Amino acid sequence: MTTIETHVSELERDAEGFLVRPEQWSRELALEIARENGIPELTPRHWQVVEFMRESYLTTGAAPSIRALGKESGVPVKELYSLFPKGPAKLAAKIGGIPKPLGCI
Amino acid sequence: MTELLEAIETEEEETREPLQKVCIVVSKGSLEGIYPALIMANGARMEGIEADLFFTFFGLDALRKDRQERIRVATVGNPGMHVPTLLGALPGMSWVATKMMGRQMQKLDIPPVGEFLELIHDSGAGIYACHATVEMFGLSEDDFVPEVDGVLTVGEFYERSAGAEIIFT
Repeated sequence: MTTIETHVSELERDAEGFLVRPEQWSRELALEIARENGIPELTPRHWQVVEFMRESYLTTGAAPSIRALGKESGVPVKELYSLFPKGPAKLAAKIGGIPKPLGCI
Repeated sequence: MTELLEAIETEEEETREPLQKVCIVVSKGSLEGIYPALIMANGARMEGIEADLFFTFFGLDALRKDRQERIRVATVGNPGMHVPTLLGALPGMSWVATKMMGRQMQKLDIPPVGEFLELIHDSGAGIYACHATVEMFGLSEDDFVPEVDGVLTVGEFYERSAGAEIIFT
């Protein structure tokens, strides 16, 4: 079987590396973006956060705040920061192929 | 002229180092004295920037078990409220203003002070009380919420702030 793989470098992204079109996202791309951002592997806990972020964005049109992420994703705040040390909300959004979360909280 | 300015701007962008750490000093005990500092500390952590909060003088109210839930907006001596000083001094004014602001903040998903400190603490930021103020007010560690990482002297605060930007509010 042959599949045509798309690499993240071929897609349109903003200056900070967020995908411009969320529908182009795939799990393979997620892994590529994670590696670019210093996360070598995505564990099931990483996926739980990434999928929650993406799901919330696709259903509500906005990425959740860090407070909501800690309360509703099933992954507590402390663990969020150990999974995504460079900023959980921002990184999980980037890996999940959705725009950078707006808002200050 | 515009070209020159643009050239300077691009040069600055290229050489600008990202912030590594911020240390925020909170000296006021009003709602508008405390919240901006909490939002800035949390915002720093969300960007992957290290953050410490250092509470001094009435800022310590944010950490005190007996006062944390009674943080209010200042309705007197606060021109931003656009309420005449004499009206602002009426009993209950500060309570009403705090309630109204609280409702707005809830809409924006801004947590109450206690929960906010917990969030900031869990994000890996340090939360410290000022030693001089603790002595001056006759307080002990038992008076503080558990998120407090310790009581620091000014010297220790500066030591922890090495290489950081210090913000005083």
